[in-house]
Amino acid sequence: MVPMPQDPATIAASATPPRVARKIKGLSDRAIAWIFVGPTIFLLLAINIFPLIWTIRLSFTNFKANRNREVEWIGTRNYERILTDSDIWLNMQATAHFLFWTIFFQVLIGFTLAYLINKKFKGNDLWTTIIVLPMMLSPAVVGNFWKFLYQPQIGLFNYIVAFFTGKDPSSFEMLGSVQLAPWSIVIVDTWMWTPFVMLICLAGLRSIPDYIYEAAEVDRASKLRQFFTITIPMVLPFLMLAVLFRGIENFKMFDLVVQLTGGGPGSTTELTSINLKREAFEKWRTGYASAYAIILFVTVFGLASIYVKALNKVKER
Amino acid sequence: MSNFFTGLLRLKRGPWEMLATILIGLGVFMLMQPFVLWAFTYSFVTTLVGTVMFIIVSHFKD
Repeated sequence: MVPMPQDPATIAASATPPRVARKIKGLSDRAIAWIFVGPTIFLLLAINIFPLIWTIRLSFTNFKANRNREVEWIGTRNYERILTDSDIWLNMQATAHFLFWTIFFQVLIGFTLAYLINKKFKGNDLWTTIIVLPMMLSPAVVGNFWKFLYQPQIGLFNYIVAFFTGKDPSSFEMLGSVQLAPWSIVIVDTWMWTPFVMLICLAGLRSIPDYIYEAAEVDRASKLRQFFTITIPMVLPFLMLAVLFRGIENFKMFDLVVQLTGGGPGSTTELTSINLKREAFEKWRTGYASAYAIILFVTVFGLASIYVKALNKVKER
Repeated sequence: MSNFFTGLLRLKRGPWEMLATILIGLGVFMLMQPFVLWAFTYSFVTTLVGTVMFIIVSHFKD
């Protein structure tokens, strides 16, 4: 007698050891689903939720991680200290300056590059690869080589600026000047992350079907009209997504700025994340730093909530 | 405008979300503005109230 061919599910089921099969028998689909999802939920709770709750708890204490003394509950005193500290207020302003200008330039240049790359021309793929290169580098490496580029005596950046303005290359110092240092970190972050915004915009541009433009051509819509009534509205959700990603990333920007300026000169480029690290791991004011981290977390969480909402509304249109 | 207040009274999601969004936006602006320190002091409470409100009201019916 010829054996009946078995389907893959039966073969897989028969491969289950009988002891395990006996145990699983009788479990509902929901229970089996929980068995599969359980480890992930456990990890999420252990890695994300528990530290968050612990940080909230610490933010109401005077805990110092380098001292073995009794921890006192001090209520909202850490929050009061942070929110009345004029130095932290200045750090917030430095972060706002960095955040606003990096996003502004990255969106402007990223969208323009995507628009140009989207046009069919010879060497299109090669140019895309070249443009995308900076974001593949490590922020530590980028910080180090831009430090060389910004050198007043040997730096290429100063020579290029001098070539166009006629100034002496060593007459200005990008990283050492109080006026120029905030702009120097904006330039480097824009150079590094504009390709990321460009890629997202390019995905948006390539998702627009050609027939929409063809229909607009038939209706004799001008190129400018097509740009404002087809291209921009259809790329908008992608642009908003890019702004969300870059906004959150830049709010907690640390490595690049530490490599470039270390927060100086003075504290002109000391972003909140750098200040937070100083409080937590140089001054060892763990409770205070926890309160600081919670303030930043609530701000980013609030912004992300309204942003995701806005994104969904744009997508629904 | 009257629709907005009617929506608030009837616990509709749209107007309440709008209010929460305004609070969050105002809180973030207060946190990062360079003009007055008292606005910075009260920024966190404003953002926190807005964020918690947003989480709650996003479960309201349309």
